[in-house]
Amino acid sequence: MVVDSPRRGQRFLSDNEGMGEADIDAVGALADPVRRRLYEYVAGREGETSRAEAAGAVGVRRTLAAFHLDKLVEAGLLTTSRRKLSGREGPGSGRPAKLYRRADRQVNVHLPPRDYETAAHLLAEAVQHSGVEESLHAAARAEGRRRGRAAAVERPVDADGLCEVLTRLGYEPAADEEEPETLRLRNCPFHTLARDFPPLACGMNLELLRGLLAGVQAEGFTARMAPRGRHCCVTISKNKNY
Amino acid sequence: MSGYHLAQLNIGTLRAPQGSPEVAEFFALLAPINALADASPGFVWRYRCEGSDDATGERFFGDDLLINFSVWESVETLWEFTYRSDHLDLLRRRREWMVPPAERFLVLWWVPAGHIPTLTEARERLDLIRAEGPTERAFDFRTRFPAPREETRPQDPRP
Repeated sequence: MVVDSPRRGQRFLSDNEGMGEADIDAVGALADPVRRRLYEYVAGREGETSRAEAAGAVGVRRTLAAFHLDKLVEAGLLTTSRRKLSGREGPGSGRPAKLYRRADRQVNVHLPPRDYETAAHLLAEAVQHSGVEESLHAAARAEGRRRGRAAAVERPVDADGLCEVLTRLGYEPAADEEEPETLRLRNCPFHTLARDFPPLACGMNLELLRGLLAGVQAEGFTARMAPRGRHCCVTISKNKNY
Repeated sequence: MSGYHLAQLNIGTLRAPQGSPEVAEFFALLAPINALADASPGFVWRYRCEGSDDATGERFFGDDLLINFSVWESVETLWEFTYRSDHLDLLRRRREWMVPPAERFLVLWWVPAGHIPTLTEARERLDLIRAEGPTERAFDFRTRFPAPREETRPQDPRP
């Protein structure tokens, strides 16, 4: 949400705000197991999902899927659009289908209330001001290595193993459409920080991932900065000689 | 689309003078990144010193300050080039070549479409954001202001 104030300008305020009623309701909406599986299916896909697709994937009737999907929209976890899937136009071409995709909104629930967003932003500002990015990078690399070493995966790791580790860390890896040997990361775990401090957060993330690759002994892979669209700006590609 | 474009200035101090090995790579990467900017969607204009293809010779802000001064069609197109292109990696590495900034080094402001801002104007806007923080006449990516409203728009009922 962008807050618009003529005197004070537009800031990305709500993502940095503390937890609210809507956030707790959103999490509560996932309590039902079927609804949760539907959410995970829709959220896990790159584009949009129809009721029929979601119902088929989870194994429930279309009407039940529709009920749950609309509850998820009400809770702010999914958004909808309408599009004619048949590609036909005019009378007899059918109603536009209702399609769902994961909402952009970040849900924050911490009990007791915590505000790591503010802490991260202040620390980022301090690092940038004092120019100690190298120190941040070293810390990130070390943490990445620690995560890699702790990962329960066979070493040296292959593409599938690497994807598993990245998935567990919330990156949502997927093969790049144009270069199948390259992994794109659909989710940035530091999105709100990266929006306000792009080079700092993205640099930190790159080092975290480089450390991770070292920790899981992913010798055949390299992490590099290659922003595109809405994804995380780091890509992981297979080295040519492997 | 408004009749306004977005002007941008950012300045920085090199760790070593042009010609030193420490900053050689920075200068080697400058021409390709300028070419990338020129070819990016929304790019309108960038400042060049007379007889040069870049702004590295400019001393308006001080002898050891490098400037980058350009105009774009919108905040979004500038954002895309700055942070969603190969330019991001250069920013990630800026500490290799630039001294950490002591104060605000980036300012954005709206100019009428077709107006090419002057260095004096740019300095005024930088001074403004340094003195007062982001306002509608001098702001940044974190606190954005929309382009000024056109004169002919109908009465807005809000105060």
